[in-house]
Amino acid sequence: MASHDSYFLPHKAIWPIVGSIGLTTLLAGFANFLNGAAIGPMMMWLGAAIMITMLVGWFGTVIKESVAGWYSHQVEISFRWGMIWFIISEVFFFAAFFGALYYTRVLAIPWMGDEDSITNEFLWKSFESAWPTNGPGAIGGHFEPMGAWGIPALNTLILLSSGVTVTWAHWGLLANKRSQLIQGLIATVALGFLFVVLQAFEYHEAYTEMGLTLGSGIYGSTFFMLTGFHGLHVTIGAIMLTVVLLRSARGHFSPEHHFAFEAAAWYWHFVDVVWLGLFIFVYWL
Amino acid sequence: MSAVTHEDLHDHHDHGPAKGFLRWVFTTNHKDIGTLYLTTALIMFFVGGAMSLVIRAELFQPGLQFVDPGFFNQMTTLHALIMVFGAVMPAFAGLANWMIPIMIGAPDMALPRLNNWSFWLLPFAFALLASTLFMDGGAPAAGWTLYPPLVLQGGNNLPFAIFSIHLLGISSIMAAINIIVTIFNMRAPGMTMMKLPMFVWTWLITAFLLILVMPVFAGAVTMLLTDKFFGTSFFNAAGGGDPVLYQHLFWFFGHPEVYILILPSFGVVSQIIPTFARKPLFGYSSMVYATASIGLLSFVVWAHHQYTVGMPLAGELYFTYATMLIAVPTGVKVFNWVATMWKGAMTFETPMLFAIAFVVLFTFGGFTGLMMSISPADLQYHDTYFIVAHFHYVLVPGAVFALIAATYFWLPKWTGHMYDERLGKLHFWLTAISVNVLFFPQHFSGLAGMPRRIPDYAVQFAEFNAMSSIGAFIFGFSQLIFVYVIIKAIRGGQPATDEVWEGAAEHGLEWQLPSPPPYHSWEVAPLVK
Ligand code: HEM
Ligand SMILES: [Cu+2]
Repeated sequence: MASHDSYFLPHKAIWPIVGSIGLTTLLAGFANFLNGAAIGPMMMWLGAAIMITMLVGWFGTVIKESVAGWYSHQVEISFRWGMIWFIISEVFFFAAFFGALYYTRVLAIPWMGDEDSITNEFLWKSFESAWPTNGPGAIGGHFEPMGAWGIPALNTLILLSSGVTVTWAHWGLLANKRSQLIQGLIATVALGFLFVVLQAFEYHEAYTEMGLTLGSGIYGSTFFMLTGFHGLHVTIGAIMLTVVLLRSARGHFSPEHHFAFEAAAWYWHFVDVVWLGLFIFVYWL
Repeated sequence: MSAVTHEDLHDHHDHGPAKGFLRWVFTTNHKDIGTLYLTTALIMFFVGGAMSLVIRAELFQPGLQFVDPGFFNQMTTLHALIMVFGAVMPAFAGLANWMIPIMIGAPDMALPRLNNWSFWLLPFAFALLASTLFMDGGAPAAGWTLYPPLVLQGGNNLPFAIFSIHLLGISSIMAAINIIVTIFNMRAPGMTMMKLPMFVWTWLITAFLLILVMPVFAGAVTMLLTDKFFGTSFFNAAGGGDPVLYQHLFWFFGHPEVYILILPSFGVVSQIIPTFARKPLFGYSSMVYATASIGLLSFVVWAHHQYTVGMPLAGELYFTYATMLIAVPTGVKVFNWVATMWKGAMTFETPMLFAIAFVVLFTFGGFTGLMMSISPADLQYHDTYFIVAHFHYVLVPGAVFALIAATYFWLPKWTGHMYDERLGKLHFWLTAISVNVLFFPQHFSGLAGMPRRIPDYAVQFAEFNAMSSIGAFIFGFSQLIFVYVIIKAIRGGQPATDEVWEGAAEHGLEWQLPSPPPYHSWEVAPLVK
């Protein structure tokens, strides 16, 4: 148990309800868009705008309170545990998609191509199990799979280096060396966005030159959903680090109090580790 | 530890609730949020209940009488989704909010703003789900399990239903995070982990389950969405995917989910039985370990829902044995409850009656589960009314009875008034008898081969179905007594003492606070010996 002096209890939370309205508007708009209703896109923009307002407002409040010194050590421990369990839930979100890759690739497709299996006998007699594949129906047409040693290998290098730079920044923070902190963060954010740009190049190449799309059967589905959700998380992580960078420049953090930095750094290591899984199981093997 | 509250920098002395409706919208107080959850859950019980009465009215006789088959399927789907996500889960979240800070000696939940958001996502999620009833093609009708390819062949409802599930998932994950953080970080001095009340322990493990499985469910329904709208082939064999993959993902979530519904019930019963047996809980530490083992095992048994769908023999065998294993820790719990009552100075107030009925009837549902865990036998039971009987025994006289028991148990603490014991007993007997009239015959129609999720059936099942329907209507209307008792206790009645139940003060911190407790529960942390 942490200190028992005082625990900050906020009063009157106005942002959560704004968040609910924003998120619901965004999602209802998206659903309408998917159903082809004309109102969809407008609702989505509106919802997104409300969500951004909410995030700025909510985090703004928290930052103000933090700077005012209202958060005791015990409150920071609550934040830490909260972030840890949030990241664990994210791990399991990715686990669903890795699980889909594993199940189809290691189990379902070999069964479908197995001459002793009933599925093969009655449904897909001529199908031969292979990976990559877009299935017996060749859904999405001919495609080339994505190799591991071009952009993906470079991106691995980039993300791993960014893990180093963020740790270096952390050392700077702990030693109260502001310039090391800021340089480390600038490098990390730059590497993060570079990763996203390269990923965009890779997608562009896949769509325009390789015939590889989201619709390229199970290979395309798992490839784009896994790398796509990962890219989204890199983007979120890079935005978090950008905020931390701006706050560092304003001197918000001290060697004792820097929960926001740690949270963003943990998140960054998490997207890093997910990427290693992607590199091995999606690109390489 | 003392609680500091900040309205703004100038006001450090705000100790009461705000006024008016907006109090409930902006509140960060664990009791307010608990009340919101509980009220919402109660309303949703009646919404989901009304749907089940549509189902039972149609099934009263063979043939099609009241609704067309499409609407019937929408009712079975929505009934299940609403009862699981709208009634039972929010009700337990409400109990967690109200009781956990009080039981561990904390001023409030650890993350109060997040707590507000966890609740306030729910009404929006249900609005999205309910809106599908008014769309082209109506509400989702493929069953609460949302299996493809059937679920992809409906009307416009799919994205709305999926986004509703996403919102519910976010809400549950945030609530679970909050509960874990509260238990880890907000305990009063001296409240070690092995002194935590069982209700707190069971919720802690439930929260772990929620954090690990809700994201997988979110991922699975996201794949449904992209399969329908973005051309992916996750569940399309022609593209190399597999519809069975969805079932694995769903049940990896779904089986732990049923334990998410039942573990806090175990906790509630473990609080009530010792209080009315006037003895400490028998085998406290074995209860903790049994709960943890159930939590762990619940991750490795999921495919017992898929015995008939095609699995290698090794899979069938593995899932059979693993599933049977769950009966062991469950048996430990039942044994401990009975041993707690053994030679106790028992009295039978309404909460105790519901708790005892829970022990008996839940165990019965566990036994039918054990029957179905044997894969060759399950080929016969699967997708019949036998499984409907099984899961309703564990969920209605199981989870729902625990919720009712908890309400009677803590209502005097919440409101400061004793409830009407005579009406409570009447409610108990009507409910306990009708629930058996309702679900017991379903074992027989199921064994005789009546399929589930069907609006019409062979005449040979007529008697059993008529009985079930009569039981259902008595059960449903008996719950109005419950609502009446609650409202009556809120409005007045004999004042409750701090301890409420004779000798209860020894059984938990909640009985040491006034009834009702002050707005900020433990401003000064109690010292736990
Ligand atoms: C000893 C413990 C239990 C065992 C061995 C067990 C076993 C099973 C099995 C094998 C099935 C699949 C039947 C089939 O589809 O053919 C099943 C279904 C089900 N069980 Fe249990 N069960 C147990 C406890 C519980 C508990 C505690 C709950 C909830 C509180 C629960 C809720 C359900 C539900 C909701 C279904 C049906 C899901 C559906 O298909 O819609 N079970 N159970
Ligand atoms: Cu199960």
